[in-house]
Amino acid sequence: MRNFLRFIIQHHFTFLFILLELIAFILVVSYNQDQRTIYLSSSSKLAGGLFQSMNNVEQYFSLKEVNRELSNENAFLRSQMPSSFKNSKDYFLMTGDSASPHQYKYRSCKVISNTVGKHFNYITLNKGTLDGIKPDMGVLSGRGVVGIVIKCSDNFSTVLSILNPRLKISAKLKESDFFGSVSWDTESTLYAILDEIPEHANVNLGDQVITSGFSATFPEDILIGTVEEVAHPEGDSFYKIRVKLSVDFSRLSYVEVVENIYQEQQKQIEEDTKQ
Amino acid sequence: MISVIPRYLFNFVFFVLLQVLILNKIEFSGYLNPYLYVLFILTLPFDTPGWLLLLLAAALGLSVDMFLNTMGMHMAASILLAFIRPFVLARIAPRDNYETGTLPLPSYYGFPWFLKYAAILIFIHHFFYFIIESFSMINFMGILLKTIASGVFTMVVMVVTLLFTYQKKRRI
Repeated sequence: MRNFLRFIIQHHFTFLFILLELIAFILVVSYNQDQRTIYLSSSSKLAGGLFQSMNNVEQYFSLKEVNRELSNENAFLRSQMPSSFKNSKDYFLMTGDSASPHQYKYRSCKVISNTVGKHFNYITLNKGTLDGIKPDMGVLSGRGVVGIVIKCSDNFSTVLSILNPRLKISAKLKESDFFGSVSWDTESTLYAILDEIPEHANVNLGDQVITSGFSATFPEDILIGTVEEVAHPEGDSFYKIRVKLSVDFSRLSYVEVVENIYQEQQKQIEEDTKQ
Repeated sequence: MISVIPRYLFNFVFFVLLQVLILNKIEFSGYLNPYLYVLFILTLPFDTPGWLLLLLAAALGLSVDMFLNTMGMHMAASILLAFIRPFVLARIAPRDNYETGTLPLPSYYGFPWFLKYAAILIFIHHFFYFIIESFSMINFMGILLKTIASGVFTMVVMVVTLLFTYQKKRRI
């Protein structure tokens, strides 16, 4: 403290100068209209810029919350889409108003555990039966098909991801409508195999592979991937098509669980027919 | 030291009134504004303590401001002038330094020395004043032009003023 005082006294000339200049500036900006306007506008610009950059930083901290909200909203909006309503085929015009019966419901979930490197890969979600999730529901992300729910506890569910050879998804080629099934050959997390496309089908590289909607799990026209390589094994009447998956499983964070309200009904009638 | 106080008090009032009543009526196209009142600070004795210099400058600037309705502007410029004065004096000191008992006036150190001394400080003062007056650097060339025009004009008026007192001082 004594050193500080000595410092002040030693440089009293400079300090007095700064003090008096400050007083002068305060007088200038408080009594002169022009200078006051300039001072106020530039200081508000400065303060505004400061708050803007503060906000830019703060936004990062709330990204998690924002992501969750957006993903919830996505699920809600998907439920409102025409494809979520059961169409009556009695008339040719596609109508998807809210008076038609609702067929698909979407719930947003967060991936809390995910493996990609194993032979049988599973994903764990943060919602379970209490949130209305049941086994056999489809799981989608914004980019495409992720997998199928296989087990649920009260608050968690496990999902059989496409990267699991136990899962087969009914798929078709968007261009030509030939259908087959997609399964994983355990080789790369980026590719899966589309089987059962007959050899007379016309397959082009880059064709989109989408869900067929036959399985009553996924709605129709959900992207699975694109054709990467077409092989025709000797003596086989089916193509073996390598599909580049549209979902990057190694960075999955939010997914939507889709519920087909008519799934039971469809399965029931299919069972009945087989007997 | 006490004996000089009435003289500087008179100087103070004289310069403020001169500035307010006469010089401020002179304005050619907005570029010529002589601010002669700074002469009061320029002519203060060499050994004036720093704090007194600053306070006197503040008081002088404030008095001028009150009359000209430019609250704080002349004050800020005058304080800067008073702050820089000691450094300028030290920089342009004659070889054998300032003699005791002399004042920074042409009567003691000659016109060339005084003009150099006054020119530096007056231009700094005017430049700072015009910056505060416009309060932005957008019209920098305008500020510079005003500074040079007004500075030269102030110097001219100053020389005329000093010529009145020049003879008198020499007789002392």
